[in-house]
Amino acid sequence: MITLIAITALGVFCLIAEIFNLRKALVPITVLGLLGVLGSTLHLYSFGELSSNYDNMIVADKFATAFSSLFILLTIFLVIMSHDVYKEHQTKISDFIAIKVFLLAGAIAMVSFTNLSMFFLGIETLSISLYVLAGSSRLSIKSNEAGMKYFLLGSFASGIILFGICLIYGAMGSFDIAEISNRSLSAELPIWFPIGVVLVVIGMFFKIAAVPFHFWAPDVYEGAPSLVTATMSTLAKVVAFATLYKLVVALNLHLSFDNQDLLTSFQLIVIIISIASMTVGNIMALRQNNVKRMLAFSGISHAGFMLMALLGMADSSTSILYYAAAYALAGMAAFSVIIYITKDKDNEDIINFNGLGKTNPILAAVLTAALLSMAGIPIFAGFLAKFMLFTQAIKAGFLVVVIAGVVNSIISVGYYFKLILAMYTKEPTEEKRPTPIVYYIVGVTSIIINIIIGLYPSLVTNLLR
Amino acid sequence: MNVSIILFILLIGALATFLSGNKSASKVALFFSLVALGCTSVLVNQYLNGANISLNNPWILQPNVSFALNADGLALALVLLTVSLTPIIIFSGFGNKFENSKNFYALVLFMAFAMTGTFLASDGFLYYIFWELSLIPIYFIALVWGNGDAEERKKAVVKFFIYTLAGSLFMLVAFAYLYSKAGSFLVSDLTKLNLTATEQTWIFFAFFFAYAIKIPIIPFHTWQAKVYQKAPTIGTMLLSGIMLKMGLYSVIRWQLPIAPLAAKTYMPTLIGLSIAGVIYGSIVALRQKDLKKLLAYSSLAHVGLIAAGCYTVTAAGLSGAVSQMIAHGFVIVGLFFAAEVIFRRFGTYKIDEMGGIRSQATKFTSMFMILVLASVALPGTFNFIGEFTVLYSLSQVNIWFAVLGGTTIILGAYYMLKMFQNVMLGETNTKVFADVTTNETIVFVIIIAFLIFYGLYPKPIVDLVNPSIVEILKQINR
Repeated sequence: MITLIAITALGVFCLIAEIFNLRKALVPITVLGLLGVLGSTLHLYSFGELSSNYDNMIVADKFATAFSSLFILLTIFLVIMSHDVYKEHQTKISDFIAIKVFLLAGAIAMVSFTNLSMFFLGIETLSISLYVLAGSSRLSIKSNEAGMKYFLLGSFASGIILFGICLIYGAMGSFDIAEISNRSLSAELPIWFPIGVVLVVIGMFFKIAAVPFHFWAPDVYEGAPSLVTATMSTLAKVVAFATLYKLVVALNLHLSFDNQDLLTSFQLIVIIISIASMTVGNIMALRQNNVKRMLAFSGISHAGFMLMALLGMADSSTSILYYAAAYALAGMAAFSVIIYITKDKDNEDIINFNGLGKTNPILAAVLTAALLSMAGIPIFAGFLAKFMLFTQAIKAGFLVVVIAGVVNSIISVGYYFKLILAMYTKEPTEEKRPTPIVYYIVGVTSIIINIIIGLYPSLVTNLLR
Repeated sequence: MNVSIILFILLIGALATFLSGNKSASKVALFFSLVALGCTSVLVNQYLNGANISLNNPWILQPNVSFALNADGLALALVLLTVSLTPIIIFSGFGNKFENSKNFYALVLFMAFAMTGTFLASDGFLYYIFWELSLIPIYFIALVWGNGDAEERKKAVVKFFIYTLAGSLFMLVAFAYLYSKAGSFLVSDLTKLNLTATEQTWIFFAFFFAYAIKIPIIPFHTWQAKVYQKAPTIGTMLLSGIMLKMGLYSVIRWQLPIAPLAAKTYMPTLIGLSIAGVIYGSIVALRQKDLKKLLAYSSLAHVGLIAAGCYTVTAAGLSGAVSQMIAHGFVIVGLFFAAEVIFRRFGTYKIDEMGGIRSQATKFTSMFMILVLASVALPGTFNFIGEFTVLYSLSQVNIWFAVLGGTTIILGAYYMLKMFQNVMLGETNTKVFADVTTNETIVFVIIIAFLIFYGLYPKPIVDLVNPSIVEILKQINR
């Protein structure tokens, strides 16, 4: 709980900081503040106390704290990169950083909710921050388009979620997920309860960009400023997924009301959407020339992979946390390079990466490692993450999804390697230019964390045990 | 002292080479590879004196993975092959100039590290990590330092990577399945599972997919020739000398003991495929105009025979296969080095543009001749022992397998001698061919000395390997 309050306070401070002319010091102060929050979150975590607050609206259990820590870490990286990205826009820097911090507050509310109204508040805080950020490059027509598109489609999804919540309330007479969970186990359920659940889940599928609710992702990713794309593809994605998982558990979809038919149909839907997301995402990514678009499709396929975790529910919260960490850290490392490369360019085509192995070997190595992690090559965390999902799905008896996952892992190598090939086999198109240190910090740190948790997965998995 | 020290030395060596700077990189790499060789010899001695040099530490709790390195005679033989070929391969590069040589040699040592790990690991998960890890350095070695047209090279290397990765991912699924049954990845636990015949068949073919691509067995060989041709010769040596032995070794270590029923059911098909590779490789080799490609296809033929030996699942077949793995490792490195020696002088791998070397370089000619003869399994070389044992084991299964497999000797002699004739003999070439330098001679002499010494006195290797083979056969016939 203290986490959420501290973060909101930090956000307010960022807004006020402008008045006191603290713009120059804003990034360091925010990073320090976030590090402090991270420390206190982990500290509270180590006591292992469950604290529920505000009439049981929000709870800081292990799941919430573990994910919150990951989100805070990702936000720290994003804020560090803001230092260079907004160098030319000093007048807006406090707004943008404040929005990022508020976004984090929304994210934490989303994983800690125990009440559906809190869940909706969280999702709206996060989404509205993202709408603003997507359109934040005021003079770029692409950014405007992205913001508008994201806003329209996103508010539809929010509307659908809200409608679903209403139906669930109508059926259960409560917003409290513990109560809903209890009542959903009873035999007689009003028909609008499953309808409400389906609507909520559809809304969440939209947020994680799973096929067939993915159409917004490539356009928005491409149009939004690169730093915002990084936010969406790393932070927002794993937030949405953690929340979806929490909802599915809370609504007992994995037990499905002692009703075998509902369970099988839920599983069938997950299987279809998972396979479709992986396949569509990967095949479309093969054809992209724009790196941000490519990563958008790769993100869609990763959503498909993560959906696998909804099938073998026994202890899949660990594998979701691990996959989320591996994916988000690799994505963060990749974006640190992409943001640097495409900073003053009007497009993000692969051609811009030509010869990076020669002009900037460190960043090229970071990007290579990030892509290898996403492709699932050991020793990077992405490998173990996939492996955990595969083992669980096999244990639960879903070999088909695993085979589809394997085939898709192979396809994904095709486009990840397109970038690696461009970096190492093409001649550089431009002179070496100075690289701001922030990109090295973010890229190298996130890859090192990625490798460390790849070699010692217990560091992450123990958080939920 | 246990075997992890070899891995440690190679890894530190790779790091030190990377940090040492371009000028001294090759020497630092050579130094560390020799230290690794020395260490391995000491460890093998300890092993032969009955010391336990294996290692089993818990590593990851969930999933249950241990850092388990099992050093039995079979693994040690392959580790010895790796660490003795690595210095030879590094030393053979002394005559070449590589751009960014610190990266290059660091990758070579890193690859030796990964391959040694693959041979030693007795935990499926660890084994898989090393197996995949060995793919990354060779990918960059072939991609960045390779020769020929960049576009074509890129295509070849990416195809190779995707092929092998595809194969290994199916192996990963098999491991995931086995883990869900056994709750552990240790090979000793996996062989204790009571799998039904259907399960065994699926697992066997998941493994087969990975190994058939790596070895390669036809029809999974299409990546091979292009990559061998396009990679720098050092990369080709690593690939053909050591890396494809990973596939063959894994058949003996993992595939057969885990799914013995399937291995026996499909034995004729598997041996048939392997032998088809022998004949196909030999015939295609006959028509090659590029020296490196010819050697690639000859390698395909030889490796097919080794695979056939493995799939006989008899003591003779397995032990012959291991001997032949070692012999082939040395001889193919020597042959590719000969191709490189010619390339350094003529700047081409095209057989048409060679010829008339004998009159200018007598030392080189005689050493090349010995290697060619060793490669066609002339009695007195180590290759003869391996090949003969494998053919004998094939005749035990079915005499026709032995007859068809035996064609490798006739066809092999034909294309190798024809190649030798076209490359070395004929009219004096207009281009000048300087005889081998001291460094080059050292490489050839070491390889030839090894092949002939163990050809006449194979007992040390056989004694090292055979007890483990007997042990593995016990597991297979449980």
